[in-house]
Amino acid sequence: MLHINDLHAEIDGKPILNGLTLSVNAGEIHAIMGPNGAGKSTLAYVLGGRPGYEVTGGSVSLNGQDLLGMDPHERAAAGLFLGFQYPVEIPGVSNVQFLREGLNSQRKAKGLEPLSGGEFLKLAREKAGLLRFDMEMLKRNVNVGFSGGEKKRAEMVQMGILDPAFAVLDETDSGLDIDALRVVGAGINAIMRRPDKAVLLITHYQRLLDYVKPDRVHVLAAGRIVTSGGPELAQRLESEGYEAVA
Amino acid sequence: MATLPTTRDENWRYADGAVLASLSPEVLDQWDDMTVAAGESARRIIVAGGAGPELIRVRVTVGDGGTAELFGVVAGDAYARLEVAVRLGRGAHFQFGGVTIGGGDAVREIVTRMDHAEPDGTSEQVIRAVHWGTATGNFLGRIDVARDAQKTDAAQDFKGLILERGATTNARPELEIYADDVKCAHGASIGQLDENARFYMAARGLAPDVANRLLVQAFIGDAFAALEDEGERERLMALALGALGDRA
Repeated sequence: MLHINDLHAEIDGKPILNGLTLSVNAGEIHAIMGPNGAGKSTLAYVLGGRPGYEVTGGSVSLNGQDLLGMDPHERAAAGLFLGFQYPVEIPGVSNVQFLREGLNSQRKAKGLEPLSGGEFLKLAREKAGLLRFDMEMLKRNVNVGFSGGEKKRAEMVQMGILDPAFAVLDETDSGLDIDALRVVGAGINAIMRRPDKAVLLITHYQRLLDYVKPDRVHVLAAGRIVTSGGPELAQRLESEGYEAVA
Repeated sequence: MATLPTTRDENWRYADGAVLASLSPEVLDQWDDMTVAAGESARRIIVAGGAGPELIRVRVTVGDGGTAELFGVVAGDAYARLEVAVRLGRGAHFQFGGVTIGGGDAVREIVTRMDHAEPDGTSEQVIRAVHWGTATGNFLGRIDVARDAQKTDAAQDFKGLILERGATTNARPELEIYADDVKCAHGASIGQLDENARFYMAARGLAPDVANRLLVQAFIGDAFAALEDEGERERLMALALGALGDRA
């Protein structure tokens, strides 16, 4: 599914990722944990193709396609979903309009017919229901006036609607209370826990992993994976800290 | 007969000097009158979207307690100026929404002169400018509040969007207030498309042209928010967005 090989990346000439290698197979959920400044968000943005994040070496392929050679919107069409730590507010553009354009752009790239307004709303209603997200909120402007928790749940609704093959979720658990965490965790499982999909969960804490059981846990430090293990590694990190484990 | 203005004239300083020099002097005397009687209301829609230079000047007079609404799009390929001079009676209201949009090398400008001559008048102006290429978008907006025009409530909001390096936007808000019990809110800002929003949209699959179009649509939408006729609102929006063509 996703293969990252010896990835090097920098921001403003400052190296952040220093030879990161990681493979996530279809049907798997991997968690990446690590201290502040380890390069976790940089990894997410490099995978998404954010301008300003310069890849200086290595390769990334998604389902055999060279991800780094694509523009950000092409990566989305290729099946990548990037869940944002800080979802962006877009005044004047409704969620419905935003997601319908996004989905239809992706469908067009795959040679599929666009969904009509009615078909899209039906799909949106179904996915919003899954995340217990008020359909009325989807008619409002993208993330404008949403609380931190609502933004993260909206991200999961977006993921449900866009139905990606691979999701990179960058600290989706930050800013969530316990109830919202449970709903979001259940959403990730319902949408992505499938034999043909995979997830890379980027997180600071173990608590999301109580709801979304990772198959593998990796520790990122100084821009590379320093240790990997099963779910028990997350427990050890939580009790002993990064310095002891990594 | 009027003399032709030049760009040395403050009210024409950002205009296209070459085009001004080529105008026939009579056009300066041509004012289109929009008169709204006391207690009445009227709306006018103006579109400047031709291939040649356009000078559209509207003189609005609103009687006591009346309401005039003016909405305009300046989206042509050549120099175009929409100039609006408004005189409000007691308790009268003026609503204005205007958009200049386009590329190439044209100058597109909206000029308003709001004369709050009597007490209790209200006015709201929302102007948006979107330019690219080496085009220029100007807004000159003057608000005069006379000594007796107490309780005036005037709002003026201008935002300019520059889609690429090379384009220019000028804003000149001007307030002359001689009454002491008034509200005059005004704002003028110029910026670029929000890169965070663009990346967010790309990450959801929106192709850059689709994303830009949505962002421009959201940006200029404010100018027509007060237009209650949905059909007209959509028509103006389509006209303005049409200027984007494949550019978005």
